[in-house]
Amino acid sequence: MSALTHSGMWRPAGRMVGHPVVRVVLRRAVLAVPLLFVVSALSFVLSSLAPTNVIDLRLPSGTAAQRAQLARQLGFDQPIYDRYWHWLVHALGGNLGTSYVTGQRVTTEIGQRFPVTLSLVIPTMLVMFVIGVGAGVASAVRGGAVGRAIDTLSLVGFALPGFWVGAVLVSLFAVRLHLFPAIGYVSLAQSPTDWARSMVLPVAALSLLPIAVMARQMREAMMDVLASEHVRMARANGIPPRLIVGRLALKSASMRAVTVGGLQVVGLLTGTLFVEQVFTLPGLGSGLTAAASTGDVPVLQGIVVFFTLIIVVINLAVDLTYTLLDPRMRTS
Amino acid sequence: MTTAAIVEPLDSGLAPATDRESTRLLRRLLRRPVTVVCMVWLAVVVIVAIVAPILMPHVASQNAGNIFKVLQGPSRQHLLGTDSVGRDVLDRLLVGTRVTMLGVVESVFVTLVIGVPAGLAAGYLGGRTDRAIGWLTDLTLSLPGIALVLVVLSIFPSSMLAGMVTLGVILSPFTTRVVRSATLPIREELYIAAAQVSGLSRFYIITRHVLSRILGVVIVLAAIYAATSLVTQTGLAYLGLIVPLPAPSWGGMVGDGISALTNQPWLIWPPGVAMTLTVVAFGLLGDAVRDVTAERWSGARVQRPGRRRAAPMAGAGPSPVAPAPASDALLCVQNLTVRFPSRGSVRVIDDVSFEIAAGETVGLVGESGCGKTVTAMSLLRLLPGDGEIVAGRITFDGRDLASLPEEQLRRVRGREIGLISQEPMVSLTPAFRVGWQLALSVRVHHGVSRRAAQATAIELLRSVHLPDPGLVARLYPHELSGGMAQRVAIARALAGEPKLLIADEPTTALDVTVQAEILELLRELQRDRGMAILLVTHDWGVVADLCDRAVVMYAGQVVEQAELNPLFRRPLHPYTRALLMSDLHNAPDLDHLPSIPGSVPKPGAWPHGCHFHPRCGYATAACRDQPIPLEHPTAGRDTRCIHADQLSVLR
Amino acid sequence: MTDSGALLDVRDLTVEYSRGRGRPPLRAVDGVSFSLTARETLGLVGESGSGKTTIGRAILGLAPVTAGEIRFAGEEITAASRQRRRALSTELQVVFQDPYSSLNPTRTIGQTLSEVMRAHGRPAREDVQERVHAMLEHVGLPSDATDRYPAHFSGGQRQRVAIARALMNQPRLVICDEPTSALDLSVQAQVLNLLRGLQHEFELGYLFISHDLAVVRHLSHRIVVLYRGRIMEHGDAAAVYANPAHPYTVALLDAAPVPDPEIQQQRRGVRVRKAVTGPPVDDANGCSFAPRCPHVIDRCRTSRPALEAMPEGTLVACHRWRELHTNGANSRPPQPLSTTT
Repeated sequence: MSALTHSGMWRPAGRMVGHPVVRVVLRRAVLAVPLLFVVSALSFVLSSLAPTNVIDLRLPSGTAAQRAQLARQLGFDQPIYDRYWHWLVHALGGNLGTSYVTGQRVTTEIGQRFPVTLSLVIPTMLVMFVIGVGAGVASAVRGGAVGRAIDTLSLVGFALPGFWVGAVLVSLFAVRLHLFPAIGYVSLAQSPTDWARSMVLPVAALSLLPIAVMARQMREAMMDVLASEHVRMARANGIPPRLIVGRLALKSASMRAVTVGGLQVVGLLTGTLFVEQVFTLPGLGSGLTAAASTGDVPVLQGIVVFFTLIIVVINLAVDLTYTLLDPRMRTS
Repeated sequence: MTTAAIVEPLDSGLAPATDRESTRLLRRLLRRPVTVVCMVWLAVVVIVAIVAPILMPHVASQNAGNIFKVLQGPSRQHLLGTDSVGRDVLDRLLVGTRVTMLGVVESVFVTLVIGVPAGLAAGYLGGRTDRAIGWLTDLTLSLPGIALVLVVLSIFPSSMLAGMVTLGVILSPFTTRVVRSATLPIREELYIAAAQVSGLSRFYIITRHVLSRILGVVIVLAAIYAATSLVTQTGLAYLGLIVPLPAPSWGGMVGDGISALTNQPWLIWPPGVAMTLTVVAFGLLGDAVRDVTAERWSGARVQRPGRRRAAPMAGAGPSPVAPAPASDALLCVQNLTVRFPSRGSVRVIDDVSFEIAAGETVGLVGESGCGKTVTAMSLLRLLPGDGEIVAGRITFDGRDLASLPEEQLRRVRGREIGLISQEPMVSLTPAFRVGWQLALSVRVHHGVSRRAAQATAIELLRSVHLPDPGLVARLYPHELSGGMAQRVAIARALAGEPKLLIADEPTTALDVTVQAEILELLRELQRDRGMAILLVTHDWGVVADLCDRAVVMYAGQVVEQAELNPLFRRPLHPYTRALLMSDLHNAPDLDHLPSIPGSVPKPGAWPHGCHFHPRCGYATAACRDQPIPLEHPTAGRDTRCIHADQLSVLR
Repeated sequence: MTDSGALLDVRDLTVEYSRGRGRPPLRAVDGVSFSLTARETLGLVGESGSGKTTIGRAILGLAPVTAGEIRFAGEEITAASRQRRRALSTELQVVFQDPYSSLNPTRTIGQTLSEVMRAHGRPAREDVQERVHAMLEHVGLPSDATDRYPAHFSGGQRQRVAIARALMNQPRLVICDEPTSALDLSVQAQVLNLLRGLQHEFELGYLFISHDLAVVRHLSHRIVVLYRGRIMEHGDAAAVYANPAHPYTVALLDAAPVPDPEIQQQRRGVRVRKAVTGPPVDDANGCSFAPRCPHVIDRCRTSRPALEAMPEGTLVACHRWRELHTNGANSRPPQPLSTTT
C-alpha cells in the first residue's frame, strides 16, 4: 500500500486491461465443460426414457430375430450409463450418431439445418439492436408523444405471439399480395435475392418480441441514466445535450443493452422453433420439433447439445463485452 | 427528571394511514382506469375458463361438426364462423380457454414456488448458500430451455402438465435472480439489523420484513410470467405437443387456422385476438403494480414517463420577466418563488431575495427542508422533476437567468457559474476516466483542441493540489477517495473559469479532516481567481470558517441576512438565535442543551403569518395574522421578525 | 482499565475482512481494548475507516470477530450462538444512525415496537400494549403514534421511535451508532437531551459512536479516539477534549470548525499544515498515523507505539507523547466562550 493510500487520499489504480479478458474467456471455458457434460447427460437420460418406435420404422415387417438384432445394434439392451458413455466418446470424436428416422448422420443434419437458423437469427439480431436500441433511446430523449407511442408499441410487440404474427404476415403479404413467399427456404448460395425474399417475413415475425423488449429496456435504462446525479452535474457544467446523450448516457446505458441483448438472443432460439414451423424453414428449430414428435433420440440429443454450445458462446460474448464496457470490471 | 421534554404534536399532512398495506395498494390500483379494464378482462377470462366446459361438455370431444358448413366466416348461426371440420369456432374458443389458462397457472406456480424461496435464501443468507444457489441458477440459465421442454414432452406425450412444469423450472432462475437482487438492498436496511439485534428469528424476519417488501416485485414477475407462459403454451399447443386432439385450445386453433390459411384466412383471428388481449392485460397489470409500489415510497403519483410535460433534457422553461434591480452586485436574487406542480402545486421557496458581490463568499444556511438547495439549483434552472420558477428575478451580470432561453442559459452554466454538489463520488460519470471528463468540460467551454484540453485538464488537477495529476487523470471515478473526488469535481467546476461557484453542501459527506482541507482549497482558489462563492450548508462552523456574509433560511423563506460577525454576535431573528444556541460546539459542558421545540413545517403546511411563530418564544398575535415582510433595520442586515429589537446580544 | 465488574469488557478485538485472493485482508479493527460500566457513557470517536462502527457491530454479533474477546456482564459473547444472541437482545440493544432506514416503512410504529417484545416469551396483549404506550411517553411521542407508519414522522421523531424500540426490553447497554449524525442541528439537541435523560432514568450504559468529537464530548464520561482500527487515545472525556495528547486527536479537534468567526480565524492561522509526503509505511510495524503526522520521526514508521498511561490517567499510543505534551506543541488555541442564555 502506498503512502498516498495512508494519507486517505488514494486508492490502488487498476491493472492492465488485457489480463481480465483472458480471465473471462478462461472462466467461461472452464464452466462450459461441466455444463455441456451435465446437459448432455440430462437430456440423454431423459430422451432415452421417451417411447420410440424406431424398430417399427426401420423393420416394419421384420422377424423377431431381426428386430432383436437391431435392438442390440442400437444398444437398447445396455444399461443407460454405458449407452451414455458410448455416446459421449463418439461425440468427442465428432460423431453424434445417426437419425432413427432418416438414417442420416446427425452431424450432417445439424450442418444442413444450422445455416438456415443462422440466416434467421442473425438478421433478427441486427434488427433488434438497430431498431430496438434506436427506438428506446429516442423515446427516452424525446419524451412526450413519441415516448408514449413507443411504450404502447412495445407492449403490443411483447404481446403478439411470434407464430401468430407469422401467420398473419403470410396471410397478408404472401397469400393476398403475393409479395413474399409463404413457405420454404432458398439458400444464400443458390440465389441471394430469393434468399432475402424468403427471409423477410420470418425475420419480421421473429424480431417483434426482441425489438419490443429491447426498446422498453433501453428506454428505462436511458431514463435512469438521464435522471442520475452525474448527468445532472454534467448539465450543470454546461455540457450540451447532444454530448450528454451521445457520449455520457449512451455509454452508461450500453451495459443494459448488452445484458438484454444477450438474453434476447438466447430467447431467439426458442422463437425459431415456432417461426420455422410456420414458414416451413428447415432449420434447427423445426428439426428439434420433428425429432421430439417422432422420438428420434439421436437427433434430439444432438440438437440439444448444439443449442447448449450456442448459449455458451453467446454468454461468453456477453461477458467479454462487459469487460470492455465497464471499467469497474477491469480493475476489481 | 422526566425524559419527555416535549410531547410532540404529529403533523398529519396526509390522510390517516391506518389501513393495511394491501388495501391501500388495491385502492391505488383501482384508481387507474386502464388497470380496471385489464382486471375485468382477466376476470372474464377466468370465469369463462371455469364455466364454459361445464356448460358445453360436448365440445371437448367433438371430432367433427356440420361437414356441410366447413370453413365458413362469421354468420348469425356461428358468430365466429366454423373450422375445417365444421365445428363452431366460438364454442371451441370458450371451452379452450380452460386448458390454456390452466397451463399458465401451472407454469407460474412452479416458477414462483421454486424461485421465490431460492431468491430469498440466496439474498438474505448470503455466503455459501448464495454461492450454491447462484451456481445452480447459472447452470439452469445455460440450459436450452425450450429444447428440454420438448425432450420432456417426448417422454410424456401430450401431457401439458409435464410441459408446463418444465417451463416453470426453466423460468425459475430468472425469478431467483430478480428476487435475490430485490432482497439484497433490503438486507442492508438498518431495520433488518435492528430486528436481528432485537432477537427476532431469521424465519420471522424473512417472512415478515423482507417478503412483505418484495411482494410488489413478485406480483410484477407473476404478471410477466403469466404473459410469457401464455405465449409459450399456445405455441406448444400450435405445435400439437401438449393438447391431445380433438380437445380445443387457443394454440391448436391457430394451428388449424394456419393450415386453412389460403382458404379461410379469418380462422387465425379469433384465437389470436383472444391471446393478444389476455397477454396485454397481464402486461399492463404488471406495469400498474410496479408503478403503484414505486409510488408508495414517494407519496406522489408516479408520472408515467410519457405523460411528463417537458422532455427530460429541456428542463423548466423561462419564467415571466420582473423589473431589473438597482444594485450592481454580481448576482441579485429578487422575490424568487419556486413550485412543484406534481407535488400538489405547493410553493417550496417563497419570496427569496439576496445578493452576492463579486469575489464575496455568501453562506446560505438552514436545516433540511428549508429550501436552500432548491434556491441554489433554481439559479441555474436545474430543478429536479418539474419544478418551475413562478415569480422573481435572478440578475446575473446584467441578465435575468430566470427568463433566459435554455440555449443561452446553457452557456452560462459552467462557463460563468460553476456548481459542485454534496456527493462527489456520484457526480462524475463512472464509465469515463476522470481526465477525459475534465478535458471534455474544457473543450466545451473554450473550444480548444483535444491535446490542449488534456494539458489544461492536468493543470486544473494540479491547481486543486492533487499529487501526481497525470496519474489521477487516468483513473476512473470509483478509484478515487471522497476527498480526491471532491477536488476533481472542483477542478471541473473551474474549467470554465466561472465568476461564481455554487457549492451545495460540498463537505457534508466528507471526513472532518478532509473537510478542513477542502475549505482551505476553496478559500485559496477564491483568492487567486477573485471568484464569488455561494455556499449552501447546514453547518455553522463551516459558515464561520469560509463566509463573509450569511443568509439564513427557514421553511422556504429568508429570515435573516447579515455579515458574519454581527450575525453571530447578535442575531436578529429568534430562529437564528435558537439555532446558534443549540449548537453543541458552543456549549459542550452544559448538562441540558437548549433545543427548539417542534419540527420544521413541510411545504404546503407552512403556518399563516410568520413560518416560525408556533415554535417561537417571542411570538405574539401579530406574528400569526399576516405574512411578515423582510425588513432592513440597519445597512447590510435583513430580518423577517417584527420583534427583532427584543433579542439580546448573544456573545 | 479493565474492571471485573464491568458491564462490557473488550480485549484486543481484531476484525479482518478478506479482500479476495492474493491481497492481504483489511484490518478494520486492530487490537482494541476498553471497558464500560453501568450508567457510564463511553464515546468512540473516529472518521471513516476508523473501525468505530465495526466495533459496535462486532459487539452486537453483526460482524465476524477474527481475534480478541468481548465480555458482557462477565460472560464471553465473542462467538455466541444464535440462540444466545437472541437471549442477549434483552440486555444489549442498538440505536442506528439513519432514522429513515431503521424503521420498516410497511409496519406501523405499534407493530415495530410490539414485535420486539413478543420476540421473547409470550407476553400478554395488555402487557405489550402497556409497555408500548409507556415507552412512547418516555420518548415524548403521543400514544396515537402506534397506528401510524414511519412516513408520517420527521427524522427526529423516527429516531425517538428507534430509541423506544431499543428500550422496550429494558436493556442494560445500548450501542448508539451515530444516532444524531443524520439529524438537523436543532433536533440533535432534542435527541441528545433525551438520551441523557433516559440514561439517568433507566441506569443505562451507552457505547456512543460518532465522528463528531463535540457530540461525543457532550454525552460521554470517557472517550476512545480511533484511527484506522487502532486506539490513539483513551481517557476522561473532558481531559481528552481540553488537552489532547495524541497528534491525531489534535488534528481532529483543529479541523472541526467552530461557529464563531473570530475564533475560526485564529485557529486557521495556528493550524499546522500537514504535507502529504513520505515513503510508504508497513502497517503492521509502524504507527498508522505516521504518513500524516506533523511530528513524525523514523521510529514512528518502524515500530508500532503501545498504549502508555499518562500521569493524568489518559492512555495514548504515541512514541513522542512526553515531549509533545510537556512542550505544549499539542496545546490548542482558545475555545469559544459559553453563551449566555
